[in-house]
Amino acid sequence: MRLFELGERIAKVHESLVTLPELAENTDVRAVLLDIADDPAALKPYLNRLELVVLRFPIFRDGRVFTQARELREYLRFSGEIRAEGHVLPDQAAFLKRCGVDSVVLPDGSDPALWERQLSRFPVAYQRSVLPSRPVGAGLRVEEGT
Amino acid sequence: MSVPVGHYQYDQIDRDFLDARIAEFSEQVARRIDGTLTEDEFKPLRLMNGLYLQLHAYMLRIAIPYGTIDSKQMRMFAYIARRYDRDYGHFTTRQNIQFNWIKLEETPDILRDLARVDMHAIQTSGNCIRNVTSDEFAGAAADELVDPRIHAEILRQWSTLHPEFTFLPRKFKIAISGSPNDRVAARFHDIGILARPGDDGRTVFRIFVGGGLGRTPIIGQEIFDAVPEERLLATLEAIVRVYNAHGRRDNIYKARIKILVQALGIDAYREAVEAELAQMDLEHYRLTPDMVDAIQARFAVPTLSAPGNPAQELANKRRENPEFDLWVRSNTHPHRDAGHIIAVVSLKPAGGIPGDATSAQMDRLADLADEYSFGELRITHLQNIVLGHVRQDRLYDLWTSLKEVDLASANIGLIGDIVACPGLDYCALANARSIPIAQKLGARFGDASLQAEIGALRINISGCINACGHHHAGHIGLLGVDKRGEEFFQITLGGRAENGASIGTILGPALPEDDTVDAIARLVDRYLGMREKGETFLDTLDRLGDAPFKEAAYETV
Repeated sequence: MRLFELGERIAKVHESLVTLPELAENTDVRAVLLDIADDPAALKPYLNRLELVVLRFPIFRDGRVFTQARELREYLRFSGEIRAEGHVLPDQAAFLKRCGVDSVVLPDGSDPALWERQLSRFPVAYQRSVLPSRPVGAGLRVEEGT
Repeated sequence: MSVPVGHYQYDQIDRDFLDARIAEFSEQVARRIDGTLTEDEFKPLRLMNGLYLQLHAYMLRIAIPYGTIDSKQMRMFAYIARRYDRDYGHFTTRQNIQFNWIKLEETPDILRDLARVDMHAIQTSGNCIRNVTSDEFAGAAADELVDPRIHAEILRQWSTLHPEFTFLPRKFKIAISGSPNDRVAARFHDIGILARPGDDGRTVFRIFVGGGLGRTPIIGQEIFDAVPEERLLATLEAIVRVYNAHGRRDNIYKARIKILVQALGIDAYREAVEAELAQMDLEHYRLTPDMVDAIQARFAVPTLSAPGNPAQELANKRRENPEFDLWVRSNTHPHRDAGHIIAVVSLKPAGGIPGDATSAQMDRLADLADEYSFGELRITHLQNIVLGHVRQDRLYDLWTSLKEVDLASANIGLIGDIVACPGLDYCALANARSIPIAQKLGARFGDASLQAEIGALRINISGCINACGHHHAGHIGLLGVDKRGEEFFQITLGGRAENGASIGTILGPALPEDDTVDAIARLVDRYLGMREKGETFLDTLDRLGDAPFKEAAYETV
């Protein structure tokens, strides 16, 4: 498994990863794998002990992952690591990062350089995201990052 | 550089962003060619940049935000038509332009040419928030309350490469109007927005959700009556977030937001949106007056000056020239300034292909825009071109110039102003060709006096049930169907997209192409025979129902 970090947070390898239904019985587990159809709000009782939430793309076109990530970051104020895995493209790197995802399990045969390039491609964004930002000139544009 | 009238002026930051997008797309094309990207992976990426694969070639759809361009941009379209296509382009019902004969490897060059005039093809296709459409008479119409283009531009920017909403269950279309007279078909959009002035001097928005045509035509329902400006983006984020999380992804024919709104009911959908808003950091998403004013400052407003008595001069010319008078009656709209008028240039010549324009016509239109309308042009959702600010005493000269290039058809809003999808001549999905029957109908009713006599009547033609020609919303709608390998057309009556939006009802069995043209001629005759003074086709239909029209349409079949 090759991990790619989208931002500054260091991706951490967890020995045990459980699904949402398994989370209640495994009180010592710190990492959970959310199904694409799971509501992130179901993690509420466990947020304090969780260090990692993994979101899984069944196919890269399934954009629910982006909403799950934002709900975790913005609504539930989850401060641990959010990771994406499954069928994901480098073309989605900046979108993931801007929705609060920290790391990606690179699909086999991925070129990390493509992922890197995608992260620095756009100098500005035209809407706010979960990242800290500063306005660029007047209007909606922002420059993101710390 | 002078600020253009009617659309947002880019600065270097906007241009750098566009360059980065082109570099990204060029690399995506290269990765497709070298096999790093599979066709399944490349397809959504190219669609997000407006590149379709049609029946015979690639088609590139270029965004015209809120339908407004300047003369330089129009000349660039003419150049692209000459250089990369077959010397013409096609203006679409979503106020965009598409080129039908494009080579994949040339698309990055086309995008670079477009960027030289601050244009792009971003989000003109794909399962994302599409190019935002608006009122073709925005900023000019006498009946307007708010110029919707400022907020349309805000929505364009907000939706551009939105990190969360670029892989939605299905395409997502937003239209915004600032007039009580709906010219954007607000209730046939995923989100339709009607802007009006609020008590505090800022704009407020009435929002409809879940409308659409296509296989399942549904009229949008009101979700909020008065969203304050500062909550506009937060509200849209919440509406689209609920859809992204819960819209169906198992069946593309059930994936639009309209299906979700129907399944949940509008009240439950509203509650879900309110639950999102309750959790959101509203300050984070606040659209501040400063932000709006800064965007507004990038739009130039025309200096309207019309000395003398331009209205009288126009009246004189109309008296002198009945042909001109006929054109003024159908092809103009009142301007908010007494000395000016809005002129609509028809792209529907009798027997022509609706919405097509040659490079020579585009160049000429650009010149005329410079000469008569502050260099500004608008594309209408009925595929015509508007010159928004013409001095009344110069309208006759404009009309004379339009006649020289065969652009003076007097048929706006009349039976010759036909909307047709590309159909089987271009589209891989179509069952029937839409263009030939449109040409035959256009020729049959080509006479300007006859069209004026018939009055307001819209024909919409779709080549298949995906309804790109909006046949459900046509006063007369035609749907192409395949009957044992032959092209037939089903007729619907009574659709309308304006105020009081409704979906047409099927008249009877489908007919072959030529029989359909004859049937329409007979039902138009029947209308002329039965109408009472002052009645439009829809008035007569509403009064009598469709039985007499059914009888007329099928009498010899």
